Formats: sequence, structure tokens, C-alpha cells
Amino acid sequence: MASDDINEKTGLTSPLRRQLLKGMAAVPAMAAFGGAARSSFAADGVNTTGLAVSDTEVTVGILHSVTGTMAISETGSVQAEKLAIEQINAMGGVLGRKIKYIQEDGASDWPTFAEKAKKLLVNDKCASVFGCWTSASRKAVLPVFEQYNGMLYYPTFYEGLEQSKNVIYTGQEATQQIIAGLDWVVKEKGAKTFYLLGSDYIWPRTSNKIARKHIENFQKLEVVGEEYFPLGHTQFNSVINKIKLKKPDVIYAIIVGGSNVAFYKQLKAAGFDLENKQTLLTISVTEDEILGIGGENIVGAYACMKYFQSLDNENNKKFVEAFKAMWGKDIVIGDVTQAAYLGPWLWKATVEKAGSFDIDKVAAASPGIEFTGAPEGYVRIHENHHLWSKTRVGRARKDGQYDVVYETADLVEPNPFPKGYQ
Amino acid sequence: MRGDAAMFDYSFAELSSILVMQGFAGLILFSVFVLMALGLAIIFGQMGVINMAHGEFMILGAYVTYLTSHLFTEFLPFAYPAYFFFAMVFAFIVAGALGLFVEWIMIRHLYARPLDTLLATWGLSLILQQIFRSTFGAREVGVELPDWMMGSLNVTDTIEVQINGLFVMGLTVAITAAVLVLLFKSRWGLQVRAVTTNRIMSGAVGIDTRKVDRMTFGLGCGVAGVAGAAFTMIGSTGPTSGQLYIVDTFLVVVFGGAQSLLGTVASAFTISQSQSALEFFISGSMAKVITLLIVIGLLMLRPQGLFVLKVRR
Repeated sequence: MASDDINEKTGLTSPLRRQLLKGMAAVPAMAAFGGAARSSFAADGVNTTGLAVSDTEVTVGILHSVTGTMAISETGSVQAEKLAIEQINAMGGVLGRKIKYIQEDGASDWPTFAEKAKKLLVNDKCASVFGCWTSASRKAVLPVFEQYNGMLYYPTFYEGLEQSKNVIYTGQEATQQIIAGLDWVVKEKGAKTFYLLGSDYIWPRTSNKIARKHIENFQKLEVVGEEYFPLGHTQFNSVINKIKLKKPDVIYAIIVGGSNVAFYKQLKAAGFDLENKQTLLTISVTEDEILGIGGENIVGAYACMKYFQSLDNENNKKFVEAFKAMWGKDIVIGDVTQAAYLGPWLWKATVEKAGSFDIDKVAAASPGIEFTGAPEGYVRIHENHHLWSKTRVGRARKDGQYDVVYETADLVEPNPFPKGYQ
Repeated sequence: MRGDAAMFDYSFAELSSILVMQGFAGLILFSVFVLMALGLAIIFGQMGVINMAHGEFMILGAYVTYLTSHLFTEFLPFAYPAYFFFAMVFAFIVAGALGLFVEWIMIRHLYARPLDTLLATWGLSLILQQIFRSTFGAREVGVELPDWMMGSLNVTDTIEVQINGLFVMGLTVAITAAVLVLLFKSRWGLQVRAVTTNRIMSGAVGIDTRKVDRMTFGLGCGVAGVAGAAFTMIGSTGPTSGQLYIVDTFLVVVFGGAQSLLGTVASAFTISQSQSALEFFISGSMAKVITLLIVIGLLMLRPQGLFVLKVRR
């Protein structure tokens, strides 16, 4: 903790230096580009639609917010995508071509996301784009990707209810994240009553809707309260009093952003003992969020994710090591960061299976693509362009990491349009 | 009352203790609002400058607290439990100094142009956000608090009072009192009030109005810094966290009547109590909507705000 600020600094300067070097390296490459474009016969076979693919290079886009409110959350995804690209290049690239990325800043503003997406697809002819974080930004770029036929790898766990030929969803849709967690808490903690909380926008509302349906219709248990707060809300004392009165077995919290910090600090100050007395299950707090909340304020809470930095397997050990080597030793890796890391790898596997960079061929080849090197273990792309993956429950430790206390035996099928939950 | 209690399946003791804690929650919210709005009210009320960067001055205070906590863990671990008091002093000094600098380089050139100050200070808020981001990183930082400031006091078996809430309340009372004393009992306060009432005449009788302006702006920013330091106990510290407070802050100041500190306090009380009570009975989002509707309704009836100071123009 003591040297957070310093490490953040090195985390920022070293990629900058790398980018500068890359920029300098690109100067001769640009001079040669005219020649490459003329003699691109070899590239023709794998690229029939005029994407930015030469004999030696393929261009992709990275589209996240590095300024504005969402920069807090999206920074990790950018870092993971750059790491994956660097590793793929070190292994020889995709179909023998090195990946070159163009990074654009969505600036936490949805129209900007759409505009930059158009730029990446129309001007830069990117063969794929890794990006977006909030559902709002994804909804903003979706028509652009469908109109100009691009390929988006979207990393965040989200509310589902969407499926597109032009998007691969590498995070969990809502049922993957919610149902296994609720089943676990009922079985393990004997929970009977639930209090649902959320920030007031589409993801928490849809997720709580699914949670409520599952609790009431499938588990036949009781929801004793459901509340939403404006984004950025910082005063939770009233609702904490209400929770004290209703005494739910489980507090189910989907609060995001700065509100998260306020909520857990105030919960602790109000005397809730998450370690011994009160069960709290969240789907919105990863290791990234705990940095801001402070481990001592959330210790003992349970989170339902598909990935935790503390996962004990060979892939993850290598991934964490490489991530720290690239971005600083004190950095933490949350669920979405890992999902973002999958994007470039899945794309590489798909392109190599399709034998082509063409978007239509990549989209068609996607179902069934596996990635055995995933830090979370093993993932496979479903027909609906979401991932089969395991669901896990972790318990927050004081040092800001999670102890994994449960994982599903099998991969959980993604089901973005769940029947009986709408 | 007994009937109500039975209807809700709660015992009378439970309900009454919740009532007490709910009242306390309202008071905490009230203190938070006063603390947030005080700095802005000083600047807005006395100088007519709308400081859109107010939230960023608060977060500057929060970052100073963060740095101070690290300083104490590294060099003065024995004094760690008391670091927070030093942090607040540092926050006041740093935010105040930046305020003085900003006034000198920017605000003083724009006094006759209120809309331009609005735009300029908004630009300043963006610049400060990006400076925070480049210095401390885009992620939020966790400010650790000494153990004695966490947790709650058990007054009875069912009534628990948050220590950090008490701390914020005490701090609010102390700072408000200090500002009031400064404004109404000191020579400088007399000058500030004279300038507010009639700037030209004050200049004519020999008050250095520019100096008064600069000190006022610095004081307002310094108070914002202290508020930011205090809010590390209850909220987040990140480059854009200041934005979380700014809307409520303006709401309190405008509703209270821009030029009256008493109005600010009264309006903070009204808004916090209605919001906290509403939040208990309906959901958080709806409580906010209804609070805003009430404020808008009252402002339509009384555009000048709750209290107004007589100003000769």
C-alpha cells in the first residue's frame, strides 16, 4: 500500500516510453508501407475485404476510456490487452503477422465511443477491436460495428439480453454470475432472506431482477428489500438502518464506482461485521475496487466472479507474473482485466482456425474456439458468442485479495436471454 | 404506535432505536452537507464567483490526507493514531495555497464576468482532475484510518452510533464556528462584509478589496480541503470523486440563499433531513428525485433562496 502512488507512476511512464519507442520504430515501417500495399498479394488470400493487413503486420484497435470517470475501471483492461498483444507478438503473431494496435480514448463519453469506433473501422480498417467497458458504451458502438462489419471483443460482465454477430462477450452475462452464487450462499450459509441493493442503471437493475426471480421462483425464498441509488451516491446511512431493521440473512450488493467505497466504509462504521456475523454477497467488487475501498473495510465479504487473482493454477501464475513484470509489482488484477486478456488470444485462435482475417469468416469460426491458456482455466466460445466459463465465489481478505471458497464443477453455459427470468 | 409496530412485525424497542439511529443518520448527512457547502458559500456569497472546481479542491484535501497517512506510517509510526488532525491542517494549507494562486493567476482577471469565471473554473476542474490522474493514477486510492476512528459506540444494545459520524459532526461545528467568528468578530471579517455589501464604497474608505478577495477565495478553498480530508472517512478518493459532491453542494448553497452562511446551514438541514427521512421510506433514487422536486418548488416560490442578505447595489 505504502508505495501505491510511486508504482502507479512507473506503471504510466513505462508504457509511454514503450509507445514512444514503438512510434519511432514505425517511421521506417511507414516509409515501406507504400511498397507493402502494392505487393500485398500474399495478404490477399487471408484478407479479401480490405482490412489493414499486410504481409508482416495486422492492425487492431483498443478502445477504452483512459480519461474521465470510467478510467478508474478501464485502465486494467487496456493493460491486459496490451500484455496479450505483446505476448502474441513474441510468439510470432497471428498467421505470421505481428499485431500493431491503435489505441483510442473513449473518454467516458458514449458518443465519443461511437465516433472512435467508426474511426477505427472506417479509417484504420482494424481487423478487430478490443474495447468498451460499460454497457452504455457497448450499446453506443454496437450499431457502428454492425453497420461497418467490425469485430468487438467486450470484456465486462454485463446484464445479458444482447447477442451480435459482431461482438464476442468475454465476460459473464448475468445468469452466469448470479445463479451459481445464490445457490452457493443458500446451500452453504442456509440463507433464507435477501436484501438487494444496486446503483441505479441497467446492469444492477437487470441483475437484481434475475436474482429476485431466482430467489423467489426457483429457490422459494424471500427478498425483504430492494433499493437503488443514483450513481455517485455517497450517503448510505438510511438504508443501512433499514437493513438493520429487516435483518436479512444476505445483503446482495451491486453498487459500483465511488459509491462502493462510501457504502462499505459506512457499513463497517455502522457496526456490521462481515467476517463473523453478516453475510454479504456482491458481484461488483473485484480486486481493483478493493484498492479504493480498503481491504480492512470489506474483509469477509463474498464476491461471485469467474476469476480471482489468487486462483491457483499454472496459467494464472504465469499471467500474474507477466502482468506484474509489465505494469508494476503492486498492481492488482480483477475479473474484467482477466476477461480483457482473453480477447486477443481468442481472436488469434479464431483467425488461425478460419485461416483468414475477414470479419464474416472470423464470426462464423468463433463458436467452439477454445483457449486452454486462460488464467481462469479453460474457456470456450458458445454459439451465442458468449463464453462457457466457471463461476467462483471468493472471500475478501484484509490485504485486498480473495480466497476462493467455491467453484462450479463444470463450465457454466452462457444464457443471455434466460427463460423465466424476464 | 403499538399497532403500527405490530403491523410491521417489529418490537417497539426496535422501532424506537431505529428512529434514534435514523435521526442520527440525518444529522450526519446534515454535517456533511454543511462541510461541503461552507467553502463554496464563502466564495459564492462574498465574491459572487461560482467555483466549479470546488469538488477538486476537496479531493486535493483527500489526497493530502492520503499522502500524510503514508508519511506518518513511514517516518512517525508512533504518532499514527493522531495523523488525521495533521492531515486536516495540511489539507487546509495546501488547498488554501492553491486557492490563493488560482485567484492570482485566473480569478482576479474575471471578476466583472461571472459567466466567464464559471467556464474558467470548470476548465480548472478538468485540469486538476487530469493532474490527479497523472500523479496518483486513474484508480482510486485507499486512505487508511487509525483504528480508533472506525466502528461504532454501543449506546444501548440496539442503538449504535458511528464514531466517524460523530467526528464529522464535531468537525462541522468547529469549522462553522471558526468561520462565523472570523467573519463577524475579526477585522478581516468586517472588511469582507463591507466589500460584500458595497464594493466601491469599501474601496473608497481604504479597504484593499483585492486583498480581501484573495484571502476570501483562499479561505473558501482551504475549508474545501478540510472537508475533503474529512470525507476520506465516508467516501472515495479518486481523480473524479469531487464530481460526486458538487451537485449537492450547489443545491445547498443556492437553496440557502447565496449570500447567507446562516441560509447555507438552514438549507443543509432541510435538505438532509428530508432526504434522509425519505430514503428510509422509499428507495434511494426516488428519495433524491423527490428532494430535488421539493427544492425546485420552493425555489420557484422564493427565487432568492431561504435567507437573503440585504445588499446595496
